[in-house]
Amino acid sequence: MTAETTAPGLLLAGVSHRYEREPVLCGLDLEIARGEITCLLGPSGCGKTTCLRVAAGLEPIQEGRVDIAGAEVARPGFSVPPERRRVGLMFQDYALFPHLRVIDNVAFGVRDGDKAAKRRTAMELLTRLGVDGYAKDFPHVLSGGEQQRVALARALAPHPVVMLLDEPFSGLDRRLRDRVRNDTLDVLRELSVATLLVTHDSEEAMLMSDRIALMRDGAIVQSGTASELYSRPESAFAASFFGEVNVIEGTAQGGAVATPMGTLAAPYKDGCQVSVFIRPEGLSLEEKTEYEAAGAEAEIVESHMLGPTCLVRLKPSAEIGSLTARVNYTGLWKVGKRVRIRLDPERSFVFPASQEM
Amino acid sequence: MERGETVLIDLNHGSGAALLRAMPWLTRPRRQAMGGWSALAIFVALVVSVPIFVVFGFVFVPAGEVWRHLADTVLVAYVVNTLWLVFGVGIGVFVIGVGTAWLVTMCRFPGRALLEWGLLLPLAVPAYAIAYSYAGLFDYAGPVQSGLRGWFGWSRGDYWFPEIRSVGGAAVVLAFVLYPYVYMLARAAFLEQSVCVIEIGRTLGRSPWRSFTSIALPLARPAIATGIALALMETLSDFGAVQHFGVATFTTGIFRTWFGLGDPAAAAQLAALLLAFVFLLLVGERLSRGRAQFHHTSRRYRELPRYTLSGSRAALAFLACALPICLGFLLPGGQLLAWLAETGGDGSGGRLWGHAANSLMLAAGASAIAVMVALLLAYGVRLNPNPVAKGAARVAGMGYAVPGSVIAVGVLIPLAWFDNVLDGWLRASFGVSSGLLLSGTIFALMFAYVVRFLAVSLNTVDASLAKVTPAMDGVARTLGMGPAATVARVHAPIIAPSLMTAGLLVFVDVMKELPATLILRPFDFNTLAVHAFELASDEQLRAAAAPALAIVAAGLIPVALLSLAISRARPGRAQAEVRP
Repeated sequence: MTAETTAPGLLLAGVSHRYEREPVLCGLDLEIARGEITCLLGPSGCGKTTCLRVAAGLEPIQEGRVDIAGAEVARPGFSVPPERRRVGLMFQDYALFPHLRVIDNVAFGVRDGDKAAKRRTAMELLTRLGVDGYAKDFPHVLSGGEQQRVALARALAPHPVVMLLDEPFSGLDRRLRDRVRNDTLDVLRELSVATLLVTHDSEEAMLMSDRIALMRDGAIVQSGTASELYSRPESAFAASFFGEVNVIEGTAQGGAVATPMGTLAAPYKDGCQVSVFIRPEGLSLEEKTEYEAAGAEAEIVESHMLGPTCLVRLKPSAEIGSLTARVNYTGLWKVGKRVRIRLDPERSFVFPASQEM
Repeated sequence: MERGETVLIDLNHGSGAALLRAMPWLTRPRRQAMGGWSALAIFVALVVSVPIFVVFGFVFVPAGEVWRHLADTVLVAYVVNTLWLVFGVGIGVFVIGVGTAWLVTMCRFPGRALLEWGLLLPLAVPAYAIAYSYAGLFDYAGPVQSGLRGWFGWSRGDYWFPEIRSVGGAAVVLAFVLYPYVYMLARAAFLEQSVCVIEIGRTLGRSPWRSFTSIALPLARPAIATGIALALMETLSDFGAVQHFGVATFTTGIFRTWFGLGDPAAAAQLAALLLAFVFLLLVGERLSRGRAQFHHTSRRYRELPRYTLSGSRAALAFLACALPICLGFLLPGGQLLAWLAETGGDGSGGRLWGHAANSLMLAAGASAIAVMVALLLAYGVRLNPNPVAKGAARVAGMGYAVPGSVIAVGVLIPLAWFDNVLDGWLRASFGVSSGLLLSGTIFALMFAYVVRFLAVSLNTVDASLAKVTPAMDGVARTLGMGPAATVARVHAPIIAPSLMTAGLLVFVDVMKELPATLILRPFDFNTLAVHAFELASDEQLRAAAAPALAIVAAGLIPVALLSLAISRARPGRAQAEVRP
C-alpha cells in the first residue's frame, strides 16, 4: 500500500485559529480515515463550524497543520486555496445557487468532460439521490428535503476526498430528517470519503457517526465511538452532554462516595467534594417490601409512558432532590406509589465537584 | 513527512503543484491580500465626502461683509420660511400618506387595487414641474381665476383668492408630490403587521378605529417617521419650486449669494446652516424612532381581512385616495400636456433635442460611475467587514441627505481652488495658463451627481450582494472556482439585474436634478431641467412644458419598478413562494 492510501483522509494536528485576536480553535487534533464518518459534536460557539472552515481552506490557521489524503494543505502562513483541496462542503442552509437550475447547480463543480458529460455526471447523482425529477427546476421551488439532496449531490459531484457537512439536517422537520439522514449515510459510505459532520444534537451524532469527537472551547475533549462516549465519559461535561443525568453531590471517603441508593467508587482524596452523575436508565425501581434494606425509598410524583419505556419522576425520602428514572413500561409505576430505588454503578459516574459542567 | 515541510500533491490532476510552488502568494490566505481593496474603498469614501466637509468647514471661517448683510436682512426670512415649509409639508404628507395607506391596505372598496398603485404616481413629478403647472393654473391670468371671473362677472379686487406664489402654496404643491414617501413606507408597515395583533386588539374590545390608533399606528411609527424625514429632506433640498414661487429659503439664498453677490464664502456658510437643518432632521428622525425597533412577535401572516366598505363610505374612501393622485399627478401632468399641445410640441425653437441629449449623457455617465463606485465600496465591506470599511461605506452614502445646492457649493470651492493653484503655478513656472481644468466642466457635474446619488446605488448593490450568502462563496470555492471565477459565475449573474436597477434609479435622479446642475454646469451647457427652469423663470411656462414632461416621463420608470417591487413585498406571500 502506498503512503497516500494509508494516510487519513483528513488530519488536523494542533490547529489553532484566532478571529481578530479572539481564539476560536486552541490546539485541536482530529483524524478521520477514508470511509469514516466523524461527528464533531459540541455546544453552540465551541468552534465546530470554524474547524470545518479551516478544513475547507476558508480560514487560515495560526498554529498546527492540516493534511488531506496525506498531503499538507495548511500550516501557519500557508494555505492551499479551497478550490485545490478536493473537499465537498455542505451548509445548513444548503446555499444552492439561486440563478442556476438544479442540474447546473450539481454540474457546477464537475471538472472533466464537456458540458454534456458534466450534466450526465450530475444527472447520475441526482438519480442516485432520487431528485432527478427536479433537474430542470430552479432551487426555490424545491422543498427543504429536496434542496438538501441537491446540495449533497452538488458537493459529491467533483468526487471529493473529504466531505464537510455543517448541520446538514437541522433545517428539516423531524420525520423527514430521519429519512434524509439514512439516505445521506448510505451515499457517503458507498463513496468511502472521509466525512466530518458538525452537529449540536447528540442523538444525531450517535445515529450518524462511526466516531464522535466531542468539542468544547476550541479543542476536542474526548473522542471515540458513541458507546464509549455514552458509557465511559471522561468528564462531567461529556457525561451531561449525552442525554439527561441526575446529579447528586457527595464527599469522597476512603476511595468511595456514599449515596442513599448505594456506594460508588470515587478515587479522589478524602474530603474531596464530588458530583455523582446517574443516567435515568441507571436507576431501577422495585416495589417496596417491608423487610428489604438496600436502595433508597421514594415516592412517584410523575409518570409518563413513552412507548416501551416509562419516564418516572421520584421524590426520595432522603434529602437529595427529585430524581428521574427511565424504566421498562409495566403499568406498575403509578403516581403516589412508594418504591425502592437501586443504582447501576455501570451507568453512574463520579467526577470532582469543582469540574465545570 | 516532517512538520512544516511543503509537500504539495497534485489535487486537481493538473499542474497546480508547480504553479503553487512557483508562486507561493497564490496560496496565501485571502484575508491578508485584501488590504489594497479596503484602502481604495476608504480613499473613495473620503473623496466623496470632501464636499460635505468643505461646507461644514465654513462654519469656522469668520463671517465676512456679505454674511453680515445677509444676517441683517434676509436670514430671518430664510429660517422662518424654511420652518413653515417643513411644518406644512410635514403635516400634509403625514395626513395624506398615512390616511391613504391605511385605506388601501385595510379596507375593500371599488377601485382599490388601481388606487394602490396610482398613489405612487406623483413621485414621478419633480417639485419644480408641479410648481410651474400650478402657477399657471392658479395665478391671476390662469384658467381657474379667469373662469371664476367669467362665471360671476367679477373683476380684479372683487374677490379673494389664495396666492399660489407663497409659502403656503409651496408647502401644498410639495406635499402633493412628496406624500408617496410616507405612503410607501406606511403601507409596507401596515402590510407587515401581523393581522393577529390587530385581531387581538379587536377581541380585547377595541373598535376598528381604536385598534388603528392604539395598535397599528404606534407599530408603524418608525416607518412613518422615516417617510416624513425623507419627504422633509426633499423639501429642504427643493430649489425649483420655491424659486418659482418667490419664496426665499436657504436654497434660493445660496444661489443668489453665489451668483448675485458673488461671495462663495457666504454661500458656503448659508449651505452649512442648511446642512444643520438636515442634521436636525436626521437626529429628529432617529429620536422619534427611538429604540422602537419593533420585531414581529407573530410569524403568522394571513391575507388581511379588509373591512368591506359600501355605498357612501366606499365613495368617500375612493375620493380620498383619488384626490392626491389628481392633484399630485393628473392635474399638473394634464396642464403640462395642454401647454405642449398649445405650443405644438417643442416650444423652445428646436433646442430641446440637444438639451435632452445632454441630460441623457450626464445621467448615463453618472449612473455608470455611481454603480461602479457602489460595487467597489460594497465589495470592500464584504471582503473585509471591519468597522473602518463599514464606516467608509456609510460616509460615502451621506450625500443623499444633503441638498444639491449644498453639494454644488462643496464641489465648486475645492475644484476652483485646485484650478487656481495649478493655473498660478503653471503661469509662474512656464508662463502658460491651464484655465479652468475641473471647475465649470462636466467633471464637476459628474462628481456632484455621484456624491449626491451614491447612496441610491449603494443601497441597491448592498441589498443584492447580500443575496449571495458567504456560504455560496464557500461552496463555489470548494467546487474548484478561484476568487475570480466565483465572482464571474456566481456573483455576477445574481447581482446583474440589481445593478441595472441601481443604475436606472440614479439615472432618473440625475435627469431631475436642478440646483447642482444650475450652479456647476459648464458655460452655455443646458439640460432638460435647467432648460425648463430658465423658460419658467422667463414666464414662458408653455414652452417649459416639453422639457418638464420629458422629465416626468423618465420619472415614471422608477415608479413602475417600485410598484412591481412592493406588490411582491408581502411577507406572507413571499413565504408561500419559497417552500420550507
